[in-house]
Amino acid sequence: MDTLYRRLMNWLDERFGAGSIEEFLRHKIIPLHRHTIWYYFGGMTMFLFVVQVLTGILLLLYYRPTPNDAFESVQYVMTQVRFGWLIRSVHSWSANLMIFTAFVHMFSVYFLKAYRKPRELTWVTGMFLLVVVLCFGFTGYLLPWNTLAYFATKVGTQMAGSVPLVGKWLLIYLRGGEEVTGATLTRFFGFHVAVLPGLTTVLLALHLLLVQRLGMSVPPGVERRIAEGRETARSMPFFPNFLLRDMMGWYAALGVLGALAAIFPWELGAKADPFAPAPAGIRPEWYFLFMFQTLKLLPPKVLFLDGEFAGILAFSLAGVFWVAIPFIDRKVGFGRVTRFFTGLGVFAIGYMVVMSALVFR
Amino acid sequence: MNTSETNASEPPQPSRRWVNVLLGSGVLGSIASFLYPAFKYIIPPLVPESTSRSVVAAKAAELKRNSSKIFQFGSKPALLVRTADDQFKALSAVCTHLSCTVQYREDLHQVWCACHNGLYDVSGRNISGPPPRPLEEFEVHVQGEDVVVSRKA
Repeated sequence: MDTLYRRLMNWLDERFGAGSIEEFLRHKIIPLHRHTIWYYFGGMTMFLFVVQVLTGILLLLYYRPTPNDAFESVQYVMTQVRFGWLIRSVHSWSANLMIFTAFVHMFSVYFLKAYRKPRELTWVTGMFLLVVVLCFGFTGYLLPWNTLAYFATKVGTQMAGSVPLVGKWLLIYLRGGEEVTGATLTRFFGFHVAVLPGLTTVLLALHLLLVQRLGMSVPPGVERRIAEGRETARSMPFFPNFLLRDMMGWYAALGVLGALAAIFPWELGAKADPFAPAPAGIRPEWYFLFMFQTLKLLPPKVLFLDGEFAGILAFSLAGVFWVAIPFIDRKVGFGRVTRFFTGLGVFAIGYMVVMSALVFR
Repeated sequence: MNTSETNASEPPQPSRRWVNVLLGSGVLGSIASFLYPAFKYIIPPLVPESTSRSVVAAKAAELKRNSSKIFQFGSKPALLVRTADDQFKALSAVCTHLSCTVQYREDLHQVWCACHNGLYDVSGRNISGPPPRPLEEFEVHVQGEDVVVSRKA
């Protein structure tokens, strides 16, 4: 077996130098210290993304993206197609878990200061991936064409419409017209299954290339203890040692997904009716709740700005700031932690949790 | 010293620079002409607003006192309310905050938006919550059995 593999590698190596690629893949090591557990979340997010791609392709076999057919086709998947309920529920659950693990990954990188030089661009590509993932969530939410999705899309696109100057243009671009209609559904479908997967492929390739090239970041605190001789630097090869541990996690995740899908199959709700009032208790997916609650609490006017625009402006600026963190937090470095930015991260999480909790008051 | 290297580090001859400018602007111009149709394509053609100024929203007998109905006015939803003191009120049903569709709350005698908890009175005035502006109010005429709603002139 091993010799067969060696012979195949030699054959490829003679043709295009495959050995150097193998070497590139093998050189990554995983530092072992008390924060090593956080290294699992990036790989977990990527695994859940693969689940999304595969279940998404399966859903494409039956889904029809028109206002007359969309709801019925999802209903058909849920009730008629064998294991359709499982595939759709896994797709929905995996989407939510993926957003959760992506946030855990992002915040762990943030608190362990892994964005510091030379990994600024890894952070930036990761933040773009997070935005793309949220866009996946927003566009995918509309596809079953139910009431909740209809109004969530109406509100979400209206928010884009309140941006000065380009707002109107943006709103028409997103909706495919002035209103949320079948044209919006067609567009969102296109974004969800073509544009966003394409973007993800490019960004993910860059992200992984950077991770592979730069290796794993060791947190400044651990770096200092190693330098002071209070801790010895330990590590394990990524391939195959850490990857096998990753795969154990993925296997467990598949089990959790199957269990969630079987015990809590994803609801479909009622078909969207553009001429029905928004139902009581309407709210977006959990990962947008903190923004939703903020918009609810903002008064009609903040200074001279419309309330909703002030909120959107604040969130946009916060987002840009967050992407630029590696270029703002310049003092962080070897063995040195910048407490202000750690505090900022705690505040960000606190804000998101408290605001989300207020929705359920 | 290698002469070709010296040449490379010298500034380009004026004629060479002109060729670059002409070629470059030609290429940029052609790229713009390729992208222009694509940018135009992604913005859908405008559908003209429905010009109908009035519509039969309901039959008068259809609505009890203190109840309401959503009807289609042009391309947008609108709300017809028969108040507790037996007046007909017609409003745009599109919330001025983030354009959810509002509803009449029989328990509050007010118009409520479920999305962000906005409240309006039955004349459309925004009274609490995030809505920045009142709802557009329409005129209501009862013509025989029909409740006719029309835009204010």
